[in-house]
Amino acid sequence: MKFKTFAAFVGPSVFMMLLFIAAPLVSVLIQSFQVTQPILEQVEVETCTPGFLTQTCVTEVKTVPVLDENGATVTETRWVGLQSYQNVLQMNKVWEAVGNGSWNDIMQIDFWKALRFTLTFTLLTLPLVIGVGLAIALAVNNATRAIRGPVIFISLLPFIITPVIGALSIYWLFVGDGILTAMLERWTGTNISMFAQGWTIEILMYFFQVWHVAPFAFVIFYAGLQTVNMDTLESAVIDGASRWERLRHVIVPHLMPLIIFIALIHLMDTYRAFEVIVGFRSQAHVISLQWLTYDFMTPDDAGNRAISRASASAMLTMIGIVFLLILPLRRTWRDHKGSAH
Amino acid sequence: MFLRKIALAGAVSLMGSGALACSYENEVPIKSLSAGFEAWKALTDAMAECGNFQAELDQEFRTKQPAAFEANPALYQIGGVANGTITPLLNAGTIRPLDDLVEKYGQNLKPNQLIRINGQIMAVAMMVNTQHLMYRSDVLADLGIETPTTWDEVLAASAKIKEAGVMEYPLGATLKSGWNIAQDFNNMYTGFGGTFFNEDNTTAVNSDAGIKALEMMKAMTEYTDPEVLVSDSTYVQQQFQQGKIAMANLWSSRAGAMNDETESQVAGKVVMAAAPKAMEGGAPATTMWWDGIVIAKNISDAEAEAAFRLAMEGMNAEMVQGANDAAIWLVEGYEPNDLAQGVIETATAIPPPPAYPSTTQMGLLHSALGNELPAFFTGERDAKATLVAITEAYTTSAKEAGVLK
Repeated sequence: MKFKTFAAFVGPSVFMMLLFIAAPLVSVLIQSFQVTQPILEQVEVETCTPGFLTQTCVTEVKTVPVLDENGATVTETRWVGLQSYQNVLQMNKVWEAVGNGSWNDIMQIDFWKALRFTLTFTLLTLPLVIGVGLAIALAVNNATRAIRGPVIFISLLPFIITPVIGALSIYWLFVGDGILTAMLERWTGTNISMFAQGWTIEILMYFFQVWHVAPFAFVIFYAGLQTVNMDTLESAVIDGASRWERLRHVIVPHLMPLIIFIALIHLMDTYRAFEVIVGFRSQAHVISLQWLTYDFMTPDDAGNRAISRASASAMLTMIGIVFLLILPLRRTWRDHKGSAH
Repeated sequence: MFLRKIALAGAVSLMGSGALACSYENEVPIKSLSAGFEAWKALTDAMAECGNFQAELDQEFRTKQPAAFEANPALYQIGGVANGTITPLLNAGTIRPLDDLVEKYGQNLKPNQLIRINGQIMAVAMMVNTQHLMYRSDVLADLGIETPTTWDEVLAASAKIKEAGVMEYPLGATLKSGWNIAQDFNNMYTGFGGTFFNEDNTTAVNSDAGIKALEMMKAMTEYTDPEVLVSDSTYVQQQFQQGKIAMANLWSSRAGAMNDETESQVAGKVVMAAAPKAMEGGAPATTMWWDGIVIAKNISDAEAEAAFRLAMEGMNAEMVQGANDAAIWLVEGYEPNDLAQGVIETATAIPPPPAYPSTTQMGLLHSALGNELPAFFTGERDAKATLVAITEAYTTSAKEAGVLK
């Protein structure tokens, strides 16, 4: 392809990537080293608010931002180095807790609590998603042609549902005396509260994630299964390979690039876990890194947002994703180089 | 709650120009942004009768409002606020003083409705709201329990109901982690006479009152549903309506739903009473709130005048009579009935409960409380450590916001 043609095709997409991905990323990186504050002053303010019949007036010293002549808030931006990162990571407390050997103390710090959950959530669901996806693909592949269509349709349904709606559905099925909790209670004869402690919520979250993502793995694997070399498979049968051995030595190696691909996508997606926290209202027990960033960004009633900490937490999340992806990416890279020669 | 929010967020009610019960025809296009509960719906419906009015009812209004009002021209002429959410608008100076407009169009307003900041009228309140005791009169009467007036009595009553086997979890509480649990702490903390801030803007929650408030709240959880950390106002309301709980300290704006026969199984059996006191001789353990309207600054004077006139037309006796149970109205023509009893007893108590403080620091502290309190209730931290953690979280965010040096 001529370079000019290449550039004409790729140009718009590169431009978009720079504008919508690179530029915001750079701006977040810069903001994570800065703090922007309004200039504040202390003034005495009398505020009168209604009771039921009469008003109560209080005079108090309030801290309010200074406005310039156009009525805009005067702000100042300072470079603070790694201060925001320190505020998020709270390393001094971490070292202290490590010194005491107290895991519980580390888990009291939002970032580490979120990191613990995000990592277990990502890494535990990964093999489950791949396993369940492969199992469905094999089942569908071996099903008779007549029922294949409906089975594929049903298996894909969870994938079609918007994650937050899926999470809410599961929440409603189990919260309080939800249908499934009520059934379980009748069955076991004990009172079950799935949302009263962290570990039951986490189990529901793992279940939700596998339920939601496995269809994606299934679709990819099912496509991959159609390209398995029949000759190899038949010769394996002739050599007396059992079903398990054929799976282990013919099918899985054939699907390996797809497994890596799904692992990559899954790691990236799940590390950004957010819907489960909101949908399951699990903030009291478990939080994720993405939720932490969101929480910093959300303004409180008085309009304050912790932009600097949000930026720092976003950068840390990104660094985390890069670390997670190094292994599968290296493998893909090696395979890619291998096939080029 | 969530679904309702989504539904409301989408429910931008576009209303035509059918001038029905309006005394004049509104010529200037006016838009408003407010919360989405029943009272706001009643008000905006009444305003829409004058035509050329578009109301956006959105429970997430508070995240939109500061930016929308900062735009020039402002995206909405009228804003619906409460004493917590007016703070960012006041701080940024994006709402206008209303003294001249009140003089021109506010003949029907009561002095009680005018929110004055340094003497200037900055908002017009339409209703008050507070968390107060709601209880099942039949359950309490059966067991011969008097109306509880203190939290100790509430706990004793809960124990009695539980022992009698009437209900397993007789007490409801809005302890959902985040805003709700923080607000419940605020109630209890002020009930024990606590103050939130020292003079230098550092927080004072790490105190005796703080410990007492936490201990009292922990004692409550003995009688609440184990899933109480996900329970918000709507959840408690439903527990009441389904007859699962006998008592709760709940928002007065939810009172109407208790006696709504179409959704409540216990209609007519829920009685409103003053918020219980935390300690003898103290104020009821709650805070007073108001909801009302503000007018944007970044709009023309003509628009502001039209917007205010329209709001006054909506805030009339006719609107209130049509929606008497939707809120504790401050508007002329409101007839307090049994549902208002809780608010009236709470607001007129001596000493009265404080108004929720509308300050920048309070916003920061509220977030810190909402994030740090749950660990106490899950048992990961004791009371003292929780208060220390709240203080640290507040200090970090206050420094970032520039409130503390």
